[in-house]
Amino acid sequence: MSDNKEKTDGLVSLVIDGQPVQAKEDWTVLETARHNHIHIPTLCYHEAVQANGGCRLCVVEAKEGNWSKIVVSCLYPVKEGLQISTSTAKVNNVRRWILEMLLAECPASKEIRTLAEAYGVNSTRFKIDRPTEQCLLCGLCVRVCEEVVGVRAISFGSRGVNKQVATPYMVPNNACVACGSCVTVCPTGAMQARLNMVRGNVSERTGHGHAH
Amino acid sequence: MDRVNKAEDLRELRNRLIAAQDTSRPVVRVCLGPGCLAQGADKVAGAFKKAIKDRGLQADVKPLIKETGCHGFCKLGPLVNLDPSGLFYAQVKPEDVEEIVEQTLVKGQVVDRLLYTENGNQYQTASEIPFYAMQQKIATRNLGLIDPILLEDAIINGAYLAAAKALSYMKPEDVVKELELSGLRGRGGAGFPTGRKWRSAVDAAKKSPGMVYIVCNGDEGDPGAFMDRAIMEGDPHGVLEGMLIEAYAVGANQGFLYVRTEYPIAVKNLKRALDQARDLGMLGQNILGTGFDFDVQINRGAGAFVCGESTALFSSIEGKAGEPRAKYIRSVERGLWGRPTVLNNVETLSNVPVIIDEGGDWYAHIGPANSPGTKAFSLVGKVKNVGLVEVPMGVPLSRIVEDIGGGVPGKDHFKAVQTGGPSGGCIPYSLKDVAVDFDSLIKIGSMMGSGGMIVMDDTDCVVDVARYFLHFLEEESCGKCLPCRLGLKGMVEFLDRFSRGEGSEEELDELVSLGEAIKDGALCALGGSAPNPVLTTIRYFRDEYLAHIVDKKCPAGVCKSLITYSIDTDKCTGCGLCVRNCPQSCITGETKTPHTINGEACVRCGMCLESCKFGAINVA
Repeated sequence: MSDNKEKTDGLVSLVIDGQPVQAKEDWTVLETARHNHIHIPTLCYHEAVQANGGCRLCVVEAKEGNWSKIVVSCLYPVKEGLQISTSTAKVNNVRRWILEMLLAECPASKEIRTLAEAYGVNSTRFKIDRPTEQCLLCGLCVRVCEEVVGVRAISFGSRGVNKQVATPYMVPNNACVACGSCVTVCPTGAMQARLNMVRGNVSERTGHGHAH
Repeated sequence: MDRVNKAEDLRELRNRLIAAQDTSRPVVRVCLGPGCLAQGADKVAGAFKKAIKDRGLQADVKPLIKETGCHGFCKLGPLVNLDPSGLFYAQVKPEDVEEIVEQTLVKGQVVDRLLYTENGNQYQTASEIPFYAMQQKIATRNLGLIDPILLEDAIINGAYLAAAKALSYMKPEDVVKELELSGLRGRGGAGFPTGRKWRSAVDAAKKSPGMVYIVCNGDEGDPGAFMDRAIMEGDPHGVLEGMLIEAYAVGANQGFLYVRTEYPIAVKNLKRALDQARDLGMLGQNILGTGFDFDVQINRGAGAFVCGESTALFSSIEGKAGEPRAKYIRSVERGLWGRPTVLNNVETLSNVPVIIDEGGDWYAHIGPANSPGTKAFSLVGKVKNVGLVEVPMGVPLSRIVEDIGGGVPGKDHFKAVQTGGPSGGCIPYSLKDVAVDFDSLIKIGSMMGSGGMIVMDDTDCVVDVARYFLHFLEEESCGKCLPCRLGLKGMVEFLDRFSRGEGSEEELDELVSLGEAIKDGALCALGGSAPNPVLTTIRYFRDEYLAHIVDKKCPAGVCKSLITYSIDTDKCTGCGLCVRNCPQSCITGETKTPHTINGEACVRCGMCLESCKFGAINVA
């Protein structure tokens, strides 16, 4: 198989959905797929920030030799001879359940409903606790604020089912430079609704330091 | 105590300490393990000290009181072992101490009523008792033997000799080889071969020169598990010695000991042991004159279950929120602060000195070839002999639960055994002969985990048990990945419905499908193994689920929505005890005539059932 092929310098050969592709050594499976116009759905991935594998929507089945397992493509590094399937029974089972969870997590998001419909998921068996919620806690806003803007005006508060995007003490944070990056990367528009908590009214800011 | 500057110094120091021992002195070992302590062992130890002082025994008989770690037989606590007679006294109360001092220490006689009796046999010494006789102790070898606050005690029992052997007479490479030869697999749950892990770290460090870290995982969080706790509390030098040998093997100069803050005695004993080891010269710079530097820092975990997961534990040590990351790049390559890091569990490290001492080949011949060695288990739940046991790997489950554990009190046999903690699986009685080793347990859908073993009988409802564990894991989810954060909540929602008698057989299959999706899709091992209790109970106890869903009955009489309490008029004597205990005041009846329960007001708390002396309360 691929072992017999002659290697090109710094490139690895792998197969995605039966299609032989080449990737740079430090690429992930998702980067390779995108480079080759192979679609893998994502929500918490953005090329401006580090991937963190939280939403798990980008799962694929990776096969190497005679073992295979479900991995998230946004983090899984490419490897010579790797075989990737983006839509197996196992992958679809994970993905469809995740979409159902998302319908319960952020029922107010049109984007999520559209995405779920595309995979044939039109309703959810999970309990909806917050009917107006749009946020799926993908953390893109938090990561862009820390990694790209470098101000860390927002972060995650609490954990588990109570986890939320928050500012210290849940009040507008002077550290916010009102750049709007968080709103831009947000996949559902949830950040727009949260601006009052994070940024507040910039023209009325007083004092120094973090919180008002 | 003198500082040791070379390996010979340590041996000489040990010889001096042994020679200085007064072997004629009687030794009283009071177990201060978690179980005995909860039953008042500290008061027993205090009573001994006081009684000996009051009687002026320090002058002539000079008994030595040792407050040791866990003796293992927690059911019988507080436990007292006496030397040189070897006498084993069980369930000792402070009031009994005077008699022990008078009869045993002064007159040399046995206090019969404090001896342990089982099936008509009375046992004078611990080693004769079947519970102990069937065990083989390696990781827990010093527990109950040494006083964990005395360095002398540890040294007399051979502490740091294996480390001295490794540092002074072996190359790091030889130490790794010895571990590879031993076949030791990580005792924390995953069972990864320890030698191979160390080898990978050495290789990773070669590729990227610089700091290498070692971490000891003492964040034991499984409900009902206390093996690591017992080891850290009772033999802290054993853990430090294992870390020292590991550090030498992989070339690490800094170690971290991550202990949960809920283990205050473990933290205290380890801190003291650290200071002692530094004073002795077994930690710090130029250990034993070999030029090797190593020190350990204790990090206390704030109690998050997920921080027992390696990458979340690293985040926590680094001062970040305890959230795991994907392990596609292994921690031996990129762990703490991006550097090669070797993480081993407390029990794993506790095995290491013995392996260096006796040789990897010796260790490899204990237990089955693919899971060699012994394993400590905390045996809890509906079992007669609750306690800490260590047995060779590969023994049948029934050996542990029935022969050592004594089976379920008053019942023919157990219903199921939950192994591997909350994310392990429920093993039914029909599989009682399964070999307890890493691979055999995985095969039947459960896992070894860190060694918790919860025994259940026919009054435990599997739906309720699964719900309990899932709820625990839902609360302990860090929330980073969706399948764990919401999936587990969803699974609990399914189980809530089943326990109310709602749902359908199709929903049972949907729950399995959701469980499989979480197993495949979750980020870390917490989420990835969380569905296990549900999946194994559905696999082995499907009928009991169907009884809830289809027949609207809870056969074990646990699920409150599906049971009713009533009074058997033939058995009820009208004593009125249930009336006084009922918080709802819903039991009525004339004195000395059968009573009745008002089903509408009853909250099914079970107080009447507990209080009735005539077995007149029916649950159906």
